[in-house]
Amino acid sequence: MYRETIIDFEQGCKCLEAGVSELKRILEEETSETRIDPKQYLELYTTIYNMCIQKHPHDHSQRLYNKYHDIVEHYAKKTVLPCVQQKHDEYLLRELSRRWDHYKVFVNWLSHFFNYLERFFIPQRNYPSLLEVAMKSFRDRVYLEVQVNAKDVVIALIDKEREGAQIDRELVKNVLNVFVQSGMGTIEKYKEDFEMFLLEDTESYYARKASRWIQECSCPEYMIKSEESLRKEKERVIHYLHSSTECKLVEIVEKELLVSVAKHLLEKEHSGCSALLRDDKVDDLSRMYRLYHPIPKGLEPVADAFRIHVAREGNALIKQAQDAAANGSLVEAQVLVGKIIDLHEKYMVYVLDCFKNHTFFHKALKEAFKVFCNKKVGGSSSAELLANFCDSLLKKSGKSDEAIEATVDNVVKLLDYISDNDLFAEFYRKKLARRLLFDHHKVNKEHETIMITKIKRQQGGQYTSKMEGMVTDMQLAKEFQKGFKGSLTAKPGGIDLAVTVLNTGFWPSYKTSTDLNLPREMVECVEAFKSYYGTKTNQRKLRWLYSHGTCHVIGSFDPKPIELVLSTYQAVVLCLFNNTERLTYQEIIEQLNLSHEDLVRVLLSLSCAKYRILNKEPASKSISTTDVFEFNSKFTSTMRRIKVSIPPPPIDERKKVVEDVDQDRRYAIDACIVRIMKSRKVLPHQQLVSQCVEQLSRMFKPDIKMIKKRIEDLITRDYLERDAKNHHIFNYVA
Amino acid sequence: MFCIKRFCFVMTIVSAAPLTELEKAVNHLIDVFHKYSNTSSNLIDPAGIEKLCSDLDVSRTDIRFLMLAWTMKAEKQGYITHEEWTRGLKALRADTIDELKKALPQLEKEVRTPSNFADFYAYAFRYSLTEEKPESTDIETICQLLDTVMGSTFRPQVDYFVEYLKIQKDYKVINMDQWMGFYRFCNEVISFPDMSEYSPGLAWPLVLNNFVEWIREKQA
Repeated sequence: MYRETIIDFEQGCKCLEAGVSELKRILEEETSETRIDPKQYLELYTTIYNMCIQKHPHDHSQRLYNKYHDIVEHYAKKTVLPCVQQKHDEYLLRELSRRWDHYKVFVNWLSHFFNYLERFFIPQRNYPSLLEVAMKSFRDRVYLEVQVNAKDVVIALIDKEREGAQIDRELVKNVLNVFVQSGMGTIEKYKEDFEMFLLEDTESYYARKASRWIQECSCPEYMIKSEESLRKEKERVIHYLHSSTECKLVEIVEKELLVSVAKHLLEKEHSGCSALLRDDKVDDLSRMYRLYHPIPKGLEPVADAFRIHVAREGNALIKQAQDAAANGSLVEAQVLVGKIIDLHEKYMVYVLDCFKNHTFFHKALKEAFKVFCNKKVGGSSSAELLANFCDSLLKKSGKSDEAIEATVDNVVKLLDYISDNDLFAEFYRKKLARRLLFDHHKVNKEHETIMITKIKRQQGGQYTSKMEGMVTDMQLAKEFQKGFKGSLTAKPGGIDLAVTVLNTGFWPSYKTSTDLNLPREMVECVEAFKSYYGTKTNQRKLRWLYSHGTCHVIGSFDPKPIELVLSTYQAVVLCLFNNTERLTYQEIIEQLNLSHEDLVRVLLSLSCAKYRILNKEPASKSISTTDVFEFNSKFTSTMRRIKVSIPPPPIDERKKVVEDVDQDRRYAIDACIVRIMKSRKVLPHQQLVSQCVEQLSRMFKPDIKMIKKRIEDLITRDYLERDAKNHHIFNYVA
Repeated sequence: MFCIKRFCFVMTIVSAAPLTELEKAVNHLIDVFHKYSNTSSNLIDPAGIEKLCSDLDVSRTDIRFLMLAWTMKAEKQGYITHEEWTRGLKALRADTIDELKKALPQLEKEVRTPSNFADFYAYAFRYSLTEEKPESTDIETICQLLDTVMGSTFRPQVDYFVEYLKIQKDYKVINMDQWMGFYRFCNEVISFPDMSEYSPGLAWPLVLNNFVEWIREKQA
């Protein structure tokens, strides 16, 4: 409807005020009919519209804008605020919520009326929008007055809910919305006026809970309560708190319930981490992981507790074995490695399962094992025990490839924990040599290879190169033997000769036999092989190890001939009796050129042990240099072939291995120092030592004092010198 | 005696001119030398040294005698050559035994200056080496030498170290590096026996590390 008359401002305002009053009345009645009369609406809209488009000086846009501001101000201050201020507690919240809803409706209607301003005038002048104005008024007139009380009531409600009561969540949500909106586009008001206090309250609430629960509950119970609390708080956020509160709330709960009591909780005597591990409480341990995993550094105490427990278990095993060894029983030491492997498997399951394969726990397990895997039991180092274990494993027949592989995997893991790797290599090599040379029919080549390959994968090629060489040697020796046999037209000395040629570099060092006087037939054998070998190879020196050979000898005893499986030494002694029936000890030793210790062992095995091949006068149980020996023609056995075993020489093998390894280490340290100095030219003492330790750590843990000694030795040998100006620095001497 | 006579004989015949001051001085030095030297070897040997020491009124183990040897740059312990003798006395500006005796206190002062003393200390060790053992010296000799050389200035360190050396079993001889190490130790680790400046991580010779450990054990 086009009006020609100018609307006067006061006139317009009267109309406006009438409309506003009508609005207020409608809102107050809160009937479902919260609608304004369309006629009235149109009239108001048009009035305002016209007032804005009238030509100057009747363009009332600015005054209308101000009028709008006054209207909302008035409503907020005179209507809303008094109503809210009258109430307390939950009624306060209800009233606030109600008035807030009304205000929103009120403002919404007004915005329809003043729509023209919104669309044209406000953007033109870049003024705050109608909504902004309204919100600001609400904030300044209502919110600022009541927010403190409101906040207190809300927090009290939340605490009630925490204790188990039901509260009106929608109400709280709506009230908190007021806080949010009062931030005028930012979350600041909510944070400063509410959230901050909520967090404080939460902190003291859970601190109280924590101190009570930690006294009353077992560890699993406590964890369940904590888990529940966290869940509830998260739920709270979803239902009525602002989403930004979640992580702060969770952090506080975690801090009070889990972090501050961590030590107390985990170390609880009958239900703490240790007890849970002991009783295999998988669920509780998984819960523990779940709870502590999201907390920064939260897992560290758990991993620590795990490590301490595992180390304790391991130490107990070690102690058991040590005590048994002190009492003279060595059985415990032998089964110890197996037990340690079982322990490792057991706790690895926890690491993978409950602790979700987390690196902290792998590390904790490793450190725990390193603690006790390096302890000595009954004089044997762990390296030696492990080598013995491998030896028995590889001598057992009837094991499938898979079974061997599984055990070998465990062995290799243990090897990683042992700091004296090089010691293990030496012991292993010695045992390997004995297996290859003396038990070759028992040796399973695939299994040996599996073991060496797996060790190689972990320790590197250089570590296993000698072992591999030994195994290859056996293979090559067999082939060479074939060639040798093929070349013979007749048996040298009438004997079936088999020779195994070993590469000196790969094998442990053996004492060369003294110049043993072989019987004529054997000499022929040696010569035959020597000449064959000379045709096939160039300039190689052969060193015969008679101490390691075996002989099959047919003894023509009166009852029946019996085949005897003997060592070369034993055979050689017996062959002397081909020429004469009786011999004295002196005669034997002179004719043969054997050492006293060796000969005693041989004669013991032939005359005082299970099989009496020789008769001894006097018939005592030990050999003396005045004894006389006689061929026992009456000897017999039910079997056709017997092995006359000879015990290995009683040289303290362990001592020798340790000495050899010590010597190797000295060379290794020397080489390492020179290598470092050659590349760095100038280096302070401390750095030289630490670099040395680092470079050698793969093989063994070098003793600092030994490194110092080697440095001083290298100074005397003019590889290094002390710097003239600062004697704590070394210079490389080219 | 025989040598000198020949020498003098030649001189008297050949030169008619009077001797210069320098020549006179050298002559005199040589004369004094011959008071102590062994005629067949033309060296002052241990016996001669005994005599020299008694004339100088110092004992052979006195540090001042060692300082004199240092001035002479004497190479072999117990012997002084012609050259060394001349060198030494010239350096001290002494022509006679009396003058030499008088020069000793000043000599001591000079040798004790830090720059000289380090050199002197090293010399003392080299002087103790023999042909059979050219690299190191046995513990007992070392103990005496320490007492002589360092006893007056570092009495407690020397006493402790000597005690330690006698009871330890790791080393039967001491080499130059270890010897010098002790000197550096005395100079750097000033508070003794607290040894607060000592740090085991530094490059002290191992024997000193063990020494400190031993003291610490005793103190505990």
